[in-house]
Amino acid sequence: MTTTTLAPTTATTAPPLPVAAARTHGPLRKASDVAVLSARNLVHISREPFQLSDVTLQPVLFTLLFVYVFGAGVVLPGGASYKDFAVPGMLVFNLVTSTVGTGVGLSLDVNTGVIDRFRTLPMWRAGVLVARSVTDLFTAVICAGIVAATGFAIGWSPDGGVGRAIAAFALVLFFGYAVSWGCACLGLASKGVETAQALGLLVLFPVVFMSNALVPTQRMTPWLRDVTTWNPVSAVTAAARQLLGNPNPSASIHAWPMEHPVWAAVLWSIGLLAVFAPTATVLYRRRAAE
Amino acid sequence: MSELMIEAEGLVKRYGETEAVAGVSVAVPAGTVLGVLGPNGAGKTTTVRMLTTLTAPDAGWARVAGHDVVREAKAVQARIGVTAQEATVDGMLTGRQNLVMIGRLSGLRRGDARRLAGALLERFALADAGDRIVKGYSGGMRRRLDLAAGLVTRPPVLFLDEPTTGLDPASRVRMWGVIRELVTDGATVLLTTQYLEEADELADRIIVVDHGRVIAAGTAAQLKAQTGGARLQVTLTTAHPEAAAALRRFAAGDVAVSQDGLHLRAPVTSGSGLASAVVRTLDTAGVSVDDVEVHPPSLDDVFFALTGRPADEHPTPGDVDPESGAGRSLATREQVLPA
Ligand SMILES: Nc1ncnc2c1ncn2[C@@H]1O[C@H](COP(=O)(O)OP(=O)(O)O)[C@@H](O)[C@H]1O
Ligand SMILES: [Mg+2]
Repeated sequence: MTTTTLAPTTATTAPPLPVAAARTHGPLRKASDVAVLSARNLVHISREPFQLSDVTLQPVLFTLLFVYVFGAGVVLPGGASYKDFAVPGMLVFNLVTSTVGTGVGLSLDVNTGVIDRFRTLPMWRAGVLVARSVTDLFTAVICAGIVAATGFAIGWSPDGGVGRAIAAFALVLFFGYAVSWGCACLGLASKGVETAQALGLLVLFPVVFMSNALVPTQRMTPWLRDVTTWNPVSAVTAAARQLLGNPNPSASIHAWPMEHPVWAAVLWSIGLLAVFAPTATVLYRRRAAE
Repeated sequence: MSELMIEAEGLVKRYGETEAVAGVSVAVPAGTVLGVLGPNGAGKTTTVRMLTTLTAPDAGWARVAGHDVVREAKAVQARIGVTAQEATVDGMLTGRQNLVMIGRLSGLRRGDARRLAGALLERFALADAGDRIVKGYSGGMRRRLDLAAGLVTRPPVLFLDEPTTGLDPASRVRMWGVIRELVTDGATVLLTTQYLEEADELADRIIVVDHGRVIAAGTAAQLKAQTGGARLQVTLTTAHPEAAAALRRFAAGDVAVSQDGLHLRAPVTSGSGLASAVVRTLDTAGVSVDDVEVHPPSLDDVFFALTGRPADEHPTPGDVDPESGAGRSLATREQVLPA
């Protein structure tokens, strides 16, 4: 069963040193490495729960701010409820902006001495990267739950059936996951945590605001409306609105992504993932080889 | 000749213009300790990083436990334990969580990793602190945990990069004990240090590195012989014209006298029984003595003997742990007094 050489007595009288009998290869070993490293990330979160504020407090705050401050001024085509319009948008807004945390976390990972320890262990190198994205997917699920709960609390009413609602959440989470690999690239490319954070927000805020997530795009100047139409955030938001049976003014825009938002969202997510995941892996390898 | 566990030939590493390591070769037989002695910036850490697969050499090759560090990095990683100069444990985890994590990442099963972590904490006198967060550890505790972390896989080859720099004297002596025990258990060790005394205590053979090159190699005794052994330092109550002459019969070289005539310094070959003989001789000559010290040669003396310049010409600030301030700073070295 277990190796006899590992009896504690040998370790206290100390090791006449055979190489530890260990699994060194295979998918099981990789999965185990990812599990161990994800557990480490969760311990970090438990030590500083405030770290989680961007997926707990922030979604509540932003959802309330947008619904009550913006909601008072925004008139939706056809007089639909801004609340029902805003909650899917807030879901995308919060999940996308919270991916900055992936960049920050990875930047911490590669800029402290622990990475050198990991690199001398016979472990799966990319495990650090994968564990980070697994942990952040977990916190993203919390974030999505909190936005939904906040929405329900203020009277949001999705109207598309449970199956379609699950599909909507899965789609937004998948998109957030793809974006988090982009932030991973930023985190790995920057020299410090602060840079990773500032850079992440600097890129993501304009992308999220220049979309249909917060306001209908119909009355924007034409060039800006074209940008929002082809912005992946708009596709994901429109898809979520459609699946959740909430008002989706973008449906009337004559452009492929707005006419087929679910397909567009899936393709955008796959595309982003296909670009950013390998890039992050390369950056991580390079970073780890310094 | 026994099997070589660490073997390197012509290792080179450049960072832009600097040649951090400029052709270092080492050969460490199984079960022995090699001390790599050198001041800050000599290239010790860079050498260790190449040998431990953390940095690829620009030229040269190295084999550890029979495996090439570049082409067979995984095999090397499975056979080495590393204690880096900088902390490589996770400050947010407890000591135990760190060791269990490292065990798991080395492929141990959960139960084995837990048992091994417990045993290592015991062994390094960290059992009580094991469940506290590492951020709150003292420098010595952190170092011991880092060393324990390198032993989780019970590797046959250990690399210890300045394991005692920044530690207070008591922690240093304790660390020496721990390292000696590992050697008794059969580990092959490469240890870097800034202290000749430490290399003398622990190493079977020593190489002295400077500007990325090996400038001397041999046993501690051979190195000391090259530097003229110990150093005699006498402080007088009042200056005396006969003092230097009286000391000359003990000296292995020139006797240096300070400007005020109160401090005398000379290289000597052997330190045993010297102090009392010196006091008696000076007494007879009518010189009143305040203090007599016999210093074993330091890295500075070795350096001076080998290069004709002090070790502190290397401008690398901030390498000595500022918190404890322990460890003799090379920068405080006294200048040799004019004769
Ligand atoms: N990552 C790096 N980038 C640039 N220069 C470096 C790097 N690592 C080390 N050096 C330089 O290489 C030289 C040797 O450094 P190092 O191996 O750390 O010496 P030691 O460990 O003996 O103090 C120093 O001049 C140092 O500044
Ligand atoms: Mg160093």
